[in-house]
Amino acid sequence: MRYRSLAQALLILSMVSGTAMAETVNIAVASNFASAARAIIKAYPNSTEDQLNVIPGSTGKLYAQIKNGAPFDLFFAADSKRPELLHSEGFVIGGEPHTYALGKLVLWSPAHRGLISVTALLDGDFRYIAIANPRLAPYGDAARQALSALGYWDSLQGRLVIGESIGQAFQYVDSGNAELGLLALSQFSGSHREYSGAIGRVPDDIYTPIQQQVVMLSDKSGARAFLEFVSSGIATDILRTYGYGVP
Amino acid sequence: MLTPDDIQALLLTLKLAAVSTVILLLLGTPLAWWLAHTRWRAKFLIESVIALPLVLPPTVLGFYLLLALGPNGIAGGSTLAFTFYGLVIGSVIYSLPFVVQPLQDAFISVGRRPLEVAATLRTSPLMAFFKVAMPLARPGFITAAILGFAHTLGEFGVVLMIGGNIPGETRVASIAIYDHVESLEYAQAHILAAVLLIVSFVMLVAVFILNRRFRTVRL
Repeated sequence: MRYRSLAQALLILSMVSGTAMAETVNIAVASNFASAARAIIKAYPNSTEDQLNVIPGSTGKLYAQIKNGAPFDLFFAADSKRPELLHSEGFVIGGEPHTYALGKLVLWSPAHRGLISVTALLDGDFRYIAIANPRLAPYGDAARQALSALGYWDSLQGRLVIGESIGQAFQYVDSGNAELGLLALSQFSGSHREYSGAIGRVPDDIYTPIQQQVVMLSDKSGARAFLEFVSSGIATDILRTYGYGVP
Repeated sequence: MLTPDDIQALLLTLKLAAVSTVILLLLGTPLAWWLAHTRWRAKFLIESVIALPLVLPPTVLGFYLLLALGPNGIAGGSTLAFTFYGLVIGSVIYSLPFVVQPLQDAFISVGRRPLEVAATLRTSPLMAFFKVAMPLARPGFITAAILGFAHTLGEFGVVLMIGGNIPGETRVASIAIYDHVESLEYAQAHILAAVLLIVSFVMLVAVFILNRRFRTVRL
């Protein structure tokens, strides 16, 4: 008896969801993109029909999960390396990986005010500077390149503290444990919180552009529709307010 | 084989576990003694606080520690995060239940009787503790030391939150393994992971053999 009513309930449920043509789309996103992705979903007209789930994580971890069968339909990575690997390994459906956003590196010092150059901050008095792990995180790799190009990489050894992700590097500075941090511009934009201090722009030409790429992992029409929306004018405006460059 | 970086991480891990275990025994012994003998009705509150690291996610502990060790916390102006001593503070809190609980059990099973006998022989309370209670509770001490040491070896989440991954200072073996796995260096991850696995297993075997021999201390 119990089983029959359960079966009936499931039947009704499947009919209801069938008539609405609604789909569940699981969107794996690099942590730095999570809040921008949620903002884009809010502006997405189909979001009332399709159920869009944002699953944030580090690009490396999400990559490993996808390779081991995670049920993700879209993957917005923080770099181009992992999407290209997935593509060459045959996990990608529907076209080549393409760049949806360009990440920008900034140097944050909560103790300073106004406009200040990156080198002035690096020459100043501080104990620790936080970066993301150059071996794991694209922003960490960009930070290493920028510090090398400016000639600070060797002299900063011993004062560099390495966050597992750009999010953790941010936390090290925000909690006051590190005085400086090379972080993502997107971390300061579109947030509910006001961050005080000085933000120094790192010149674009001293690190390899952080090309954040996206790939489709299933052929769900809901996934394809959302991916198309991400390159629309509405979505690229949102990307810009969140501190990303648009390709 | 193990790279020099990995060996450095292993040695740092052993140093952290050793320093933390010594501090844990120094702090845990009086605490466990008090808990075993007090008649204070609200002692369950203290016991609950000590047991908290058993149930809290290390991220919670690590997050609070990051704030507590920071310039607005206990260090006052500078930071203790990203230092070896910061990790020691974290490890002591994190492993406290693993040291206090076996000691408390051992002191309870020793009971008051041997101490009362010692008192009738005019032994001072302090001497009675060192000459009577401690030898009788020896298996409890060994269990506490091994568990405190082993648990600190296995520490990951807290170090990830407060360490900053500095070679020779805060990059312990578990963090080095995580780095290897995340950067797809599985061979190096395997070797380091196997070393930790074997060390931890041997220590747990020692605890269980001890418990069987003495049958006085529960794990």
